[in-house]
Amino acid sequence: MTGTATPILELRDVVTCYGRIQALKGVSLSVMPGEIVTIIGANGAGKSTTLMTICGITPPQSGAVFYQGQRISGLSPDLLPSRGLCQVPEGRRIFPRLTVRENLEMGAFFRRDKDGVQRDLEHVFSLFPVLRERRRQRGGTLSGGEQQMLAIGRALMGRPRMLLLDEPSLGLAPLIVRHIFSIIERINKQEGVTILLVEQNANLALQLASRAYVMETGRVTMEDDARALLANEAIKKAYLGE
Amino acid sequence: MEFFIQQVINGLTLGGLYALIALGYTMVYGIIQLINFAHGEFFAAGGYMGVILLSFLAAHGYMETHPWFCLFGALLLTMGYCAMLAMAVEKVAYKPLRYASRLSVLLSALGMSIFLQNGLMLTQGVYDKAYPTEFTHGGLDFGLITFSYMQILIVAVTIALLLGLNALVFRTRIGTAMRATAQDKVMSSLVGINSNRIISTTFAIGAALAAAAGIMIGLYYGSVRYDMGFVPGIKAFAAAVLGGIGNITGAMVGGLIIGMVEIFAAGYLSSEYKDVWAFIILIAVLYFMPTGIMGENVDDTRV
Repeated sequence: MTGTATPILELRDVVTCYGRIQALKGVSLSVMPGEIVTIIGANGAGKSTTLMTICGITPPQSGAVFYQGQRISGLSPDLLPSRGLCQVPEGRRIFPRLTVRENLEMGAFFRRDKDGVQRDLEHVFSLFPVLRERRRQRGGTLSGGEQQMLAIGRALMGRPRMLLLDEPSLGLAPLIVRHIFSIIERINKQEGVTILLVEQNANLALQLASRAYVMETGRVTMEDDARALLANEAIKKAYLGE
Repeated sequence: MEFFIQQVINGLTLGGLYALIALGYTMVYGIIQLINFAHGEFFAAGGYMGVILLSFLAAHGYMETHPWFCLFGALLLTMGYCAMLAMAVEKVAYKPLRYASRLSVLLSALGMSIFLQNGLMLTQGVYDKAYPTEFTHGGLDFGLITFSYMQILIVAVTIALLLGLNALVFRTRIGTAMRATAQDKVMSSLVGINSNRIISTTFAIGAALAAAAGIMIGLYYGSVRYDMGFVPGIKAFAAAVLGGIGNITGAMVGGLIIGMVEIFAAGYLSSEYKDVWAFIILIAVLYFMPTGIMGENVDDTRV
């Protein structure tokens, strides 16, 4: 991490509430351009809320979110994809009654460059050939793994500079998880997309990421290089099941 | 037999009009799960805007020289007017309640309906207003069966609008965004769709279709009244429920069925009770088949 460069994403003391319950109790974190950073933690630690707060779906009560040096908290969520900030949300949220192709086209909804969209469609089909086969099928009829591929493909259709991924491994067979993680790595290495990855599968996430934040009940409790956390005894015990 | 065929034609005409109104209910329900009880008033507003425009054209002699041109011009203007009216209504009465309970929005819709109906009464009077229909009389005569030109016009315009709507919703980028918003509002905003704009567009389209039905009913029956929105509104609502609320094809089919049943019941049973059938169907559907003909399982054409 270079000390002088500005982070592509930064959260400063973010507090988010659902009604009267504080889901985030002052979260600060930052991601540098080109990094893969992961947030690990147990169920209910506030990982997904962190991503939804970044995207403006659950706006922060206090604190601020900065993206590319500009404050984005308070902006309407639909303005962010065109700035290059896309999310693959928890549970994939495929549009069930749109076809695979329509789902992908919606990922490029804000774009006007038809040729570019067509090229990116081909690119997504080359990353996930199964989606090409199923392009006329409705999204809801796909298997879990295919839906995850579609969700990632849909986000890529927005040509993101930064991708927020929420539990891409959830409920998938190990082989498919490995495939999806290799694609995530490729998106980062070859296309230079910065990635913030939320995962319950800490082992996998820490192997992929360069840095990690550990969250517990709405707070960041630890921050370190991923490799250091993999070797950390407390982390091993709590999250790596050793 | 001639009587039967004549009734089929009448049923198609009326059913098509109900279908046009029912689409507004079903599209709005599909996208924000609201039964827009003010929807019938857009239909009434369309009927009135039509009579105002056509009377003006008739007074200046244009209806005599170019009757069909005037009709189409008035139709387009009326649809545009009601689209804007609906967007204004949505902004004032529904948008501020976007995160309120469904009951609040429903009450707001009822209030809006009363407000619009009384507004119509206040500005246009309580008496029937006659359409200038003398220029568009006549029809095709096949011996015992006649198609009036007006029926042909209504059926043709209805078919064109239904096809156009289908193309819009299922073939265009904006239509796909409408369906995406109906299916998952959070996700649609995460891909950059402005759901407020989509909701507003949906109201506009639904009201434009109802307005077309309003002007055509005025031409068909020859007059309009300030409270004309109520009964057809409820019948179209029954049609939307019968077809499976939220389902576009369902609303079209439901409208045709309600229209046919009403015409046949009036022709063969009793014309006194013609308004009853839509309600009987509504109650029966809610009781025995609450999801309607195309609800739940056959959901290919849900918004």
